[in-house]
Amino acid sequence: MFAPQFDYYRASSVAEAAALLAEHPEAKVLAGGHSLIPLLKLRLAAPSALVDIGRIDSLRSILEESGTIEIGALTTHAELASSELLRSRATALAEAAGMIGDPAVRNRGTIGGNVAHADPASDLPAVLACLGAEFRVTGGDGDRSVRASDFFEGLMSTAIGEGEILTSIGVPTVDSACGSAYAKFAHPASRYAVIGAAAALVVDEDGSCTCASVTLGGLVPAPVRATAVEEALVGTRLDAAAIASASGLTGEALDTDDVLGDVYASAEYRRSVAQVWVQRALSSAAARCG
Amino acid sequence: MRVPVSITINGRQYSRDVEPRLLLVHLIRDVLGLTGTKVGCDTSQCGSCTVLIDGVAAKSCTCLAVQADGLSVTTIEGLAGDDGLHPLQESFWNKHGLQCGYCTPGMIMASHELLRCNPDPSDDEIRHGLEGNFCRCTGYQNIVRAVRDAAGSATGGAQ
Repeated sequence: MFAPQFDYYRASSVAEAAALLAEHPEAKVLAGGHSLIPLLKLRLAAPSALVDIGRIDSLRSILEESGTIEIGALTTHAELASSELLRSRATALAEAAGMIGDPAVRNRGTIGGNVAHADPASDLPAVLACLGAEFRVTGGDGDRSVRASDFFEGLMSTAIGEGEILTSIGVPTVDSACGSAYAKFAHPASRYAVIGAAAALVVDEDGSCTCASVTLGGLVPAPVRATAVEEALVGTRLDAAAIASASGLTGEALDTDDVLGDVYASAEYRRSVAQVWVQRALSSAAARCG
Repeated sequence: MRVPVSITINGRQYSRDVEPRLLLVHLIRDVLGLTGTKVGCDTSQCGSCTVLIDGVAAKSCTCLAVQADGLSVTTIEGLAGDDGLHPLQESFWNKHGLQCGYCTPGMIMASHELLRCNPDPSDDEIRHGLEGNFCRCTGYQNIVRAVRDAAGSATGGAQ
């Protein structure tokens, strides 16, 4: 397959990339290319130009600073999956990154490109929403941070404005009383999420749940919180019965016409089995608390 | 627009002016005539286009040639040294890890990546490490045996 023609500009800094985007308003930003290049080849997108930020090394890092793990937009899925910091402090994120595609895809695909693309079948949006991530964008009218709940606006749509570039993602760090996990029903060929469930739990010293965050992806246009599940978990001891009972409320978050279906898995099927993946994510997250 | 790119492939430097939309796999195959690398699904699922970019496996159907500018690419043609086939090539041959051979270049490059990250993988880890590469005839059993054999010879381990 051949992409439509476009011009190409390689930026050596974020400022240069922002200037190039201002100069070429129809341009798209190219990072690892693992979301954008397939779109171009399928001719679902035909930008006049690409601004390649892939060589801006300052955007490739995972750093902990004052209660936040700041992840540069160019950090690859392989780097996320193998990061000791993420594995211990944002386990669900490392876990989900390790489930994306296959090793060669994880070597090139980036967290920034992934979330900017906002594919509903992607893994990271649900996890980042679950963990309360903030998205740093620059360009346009200056720097700003966008909360996950505001960032993912819908099917392949984010709050990144015209002329703006996503530079990093901040994930709040948690202490050892918190456990998080991601469980995924992967499409057998593409490895995209048919259903993805992310869970983060906090327990007090008695092992009682004080805070729960549960987010679903894969089967909805943008990540959704399963608030009924969250509320049912708080105050429980996160034993198997409590998790099973709370997971049964998953459908309340999916009681809409928005649930996605395709030839592989219908909306009805996804809606009815989603609770299984919520239950698995919760069980793993509970086991990781403390 | 045409953009100059200079890419070292299998130790030899190639400089060409290319359209930005040219995929790395098409540069390798159609412009430079290195046809060992294959195009299968063309949607980054089957892995037959797998090459190493700066030593790390990548699917060259999902990489623009301009993205590899200044970098070093290894294709299946670059694996064998002066002293003969690469241990992975020997093992795929000895263990009958191929029938039609179409997936083999990508399968061997992905196996190279697997052994780079995990020099002594279990069978389960081999299967997991090759999940991005499709074979439609050998049925994978002998591919797993070939990778296990290559890992043994590379580490000098007992078979």
